[in-house]
Amino acid sequence: MAERPPAVSGPAVTAPAVTDEPVPTVVADGVHITYTVHGTRGGRGSATSALSRILSRRSAPGARQVHAVRGVSFAAYKGEAIGLIGSNGSGKSTLLKAVAGLLPPTEGRIFTRGQPSLLGVNAALMSDLTGERNVILGGLAMGMSREQVRERYDDIVKFSGINEKDDFISLPMRTYSSGMGARLRFSIAAAKSHEVLLIDEALSTGDATFQRRSQRRIAELREEAGTVFLVSHSNKTITETCDRALWLESGTLRMDGPAAEVVAAYEEFTGKKK
Amino acid sequence: MSQPITPTTPAQGPNRAPDSTRPPRNQARPGTGTGAETDLTALARRHGLTVSGARPTLPEYLRGLWSRRHFIAAFATARLTAQYSQAKLGQIWQIMTPLLNAAVYYFIFGVLLGTRDGVPDFVPFLVTGVFVWTFTSSSIMAGTRAISGNLGLVRALHFPRAALPIALALQQLQQLLFSMGALTVILVCFGQYPRPSWLLVAPVLALHALFNTGISMAVARLAARTPDIAQLMPFVLRTWMYVSGVMWSVDKVAGDDRVPHWVTVALECNPAAVYIDLMRFALIDSFTADRLPPHIWAVALGWALFAAIGGFLFFWKAEEEYGRG
Repeated sequence: MAERPPAVSGPAVTAPAVTDEPVPTVVADGVHITYTVHGTRGGRGSATSALSRILSRRSAPGARQVHAVRGVSFAAYKGEAIGLIGSNGSGKSTLLKAVAGLLPPTEGRIFTRGQPSLLGVNAALMSDLTGERNVILGGLAMGMSREQVRERYDDIVKFSGINEKDDFISLPMRTYSSGMGARLRFSIAAAKSHEVLLIDEALSTGDATFQRRSQRRIAELREEAGTVFLVSHSNKTITETCDRALWLESGTLRMDGPAAEVVAAYEEFTGKKK
Repeated sequence: MSQPITPTTPAQGPNRAPDSTRPPRNQARPGTGTGAETDLTALARRHGLTVSGARPTLPEYLRGLWSRRHFIAAFATARLTAQYSQAKLGQIWQIMTPLLNAAVYYFIFGVLLGTRDGVPDFVPFLVTGVFVWTFTSSSIMAGTRAISGNLGLVRALHFPRAALPIALALQQLQQLLFSMGALTVILVCFGQYPRPSWLLVAPVLALHALFNTGISMAVARLAARTPDIAQLMPFVLRTWMYVSGVMWSVDKVAGDDRVPHWVTVALECNPAAVYIDLMRFALIDSFTADRLPPHIWAVALGWALFAAIGGFLFFWKAEEEYGRG
């Protein structure tokens, strides 16, 4: 695990080798991602066929290759917030998973500074533990010291707004609504400055107040020299939060540029399809 | 420094005004040229970026793990207390579960099958065996779910994944300490009073915990790749339990001339049996040193080191793969 700056905040990242060059945080170089989906042909098959498959070391008959990302290249720099847009199934989430190191690219390479954190929609942290435990354990898992966690605890809970209506923080996280869970997860992950933070629609379940709050926090993370990737189907969120956007369509990068322009082109494209 | 510029997309806008120092972005290129790839790779290399999802080196990994020691301890304790949070009796189950287990085994093996014949102090003998065995089996079962049961955590936050099986094994050790409390009461009830040899419990537990943690890590890697291991494991564990002398005495079988020599050696070197017998030796008066196989401490130490080091290396070797899929 790469050594990270111990400080909770502050741009304590190694100085760039060339000063006048913007420092990249994520570089994707001709990335292709193919993954195998099992069970496309009627469930998993019978037990005997599964056994003979294991014995003969063949791949499952229902397995199919999905070429989700086809040759995507880009470089993301310090302090950028990058929106990923595209219709459903265009490979946005797959690309983020690959940046996070959770899916290996079949071809090409992805380079990152530090270890990116991925916030997904359904990524409950520890659902049978209370919100309070989740905050503490999440902080410790991210490498914060006990003192740092204690210092930041109130801020995290306040930021999440979990306790605004009632004392929800002492309840197990499985009792939370999806919006509350997403808020707490984002608050925990955002308590530390990340070099690369990947947000996969995790903010879309929050209410308007929380959306505004998280937009502010994303802006702060960018100032702390982090890079934020945001997948959202709300074009408004992308234009408000991001300064740059990548438009993926059926696995290829269709456009890369200032958020407003890319979103406008995307809207024109989706409008035509009606 | 030259950023690749391929103006293939019509909607190319001007560079953003606030950032004129920034080089123009590379546009989408349906067919990626090889020249551009080397440029991007060179850019990444120049700034010391690392390949995403690469496995950290062993010293880095150990450092990361050491810095997460508070996480491991807090995670184990939180899991232990959450375990029975849905039950009405709550934490009472910490003690009740091992006691009921022991009661069931006593009923079947002590009363119905009569394996107690010839084993002095059968109840302390059996209860010790059951508790120590439960430590092994539950650590291994926890290991099978170490990754799959914590996928949200694995995907969202970055930490050395070995923290999970280690924390789960630690949770089982804490659980065993609760059981040992109950065991002390049972021992005293059956006339086994504390004596100096009880101090041997500490080294036995330390070696046993090392062994279990190692096995738990190894199983965690296997089960992360093949989830079916979690289904198969209860059967493996049950078989292992029956050959480990939990409810019968290994030295009785080993002393029998009709048993082939290799079976005797295998029974005596079985790590589960070794830790169970050492614990009985520490706690029970009538379980004397002559009932232990030769070189048992060396065997116990060997298994502990082999499992801990081997399991850790085996787990680390697939570090980049956890959470995939």
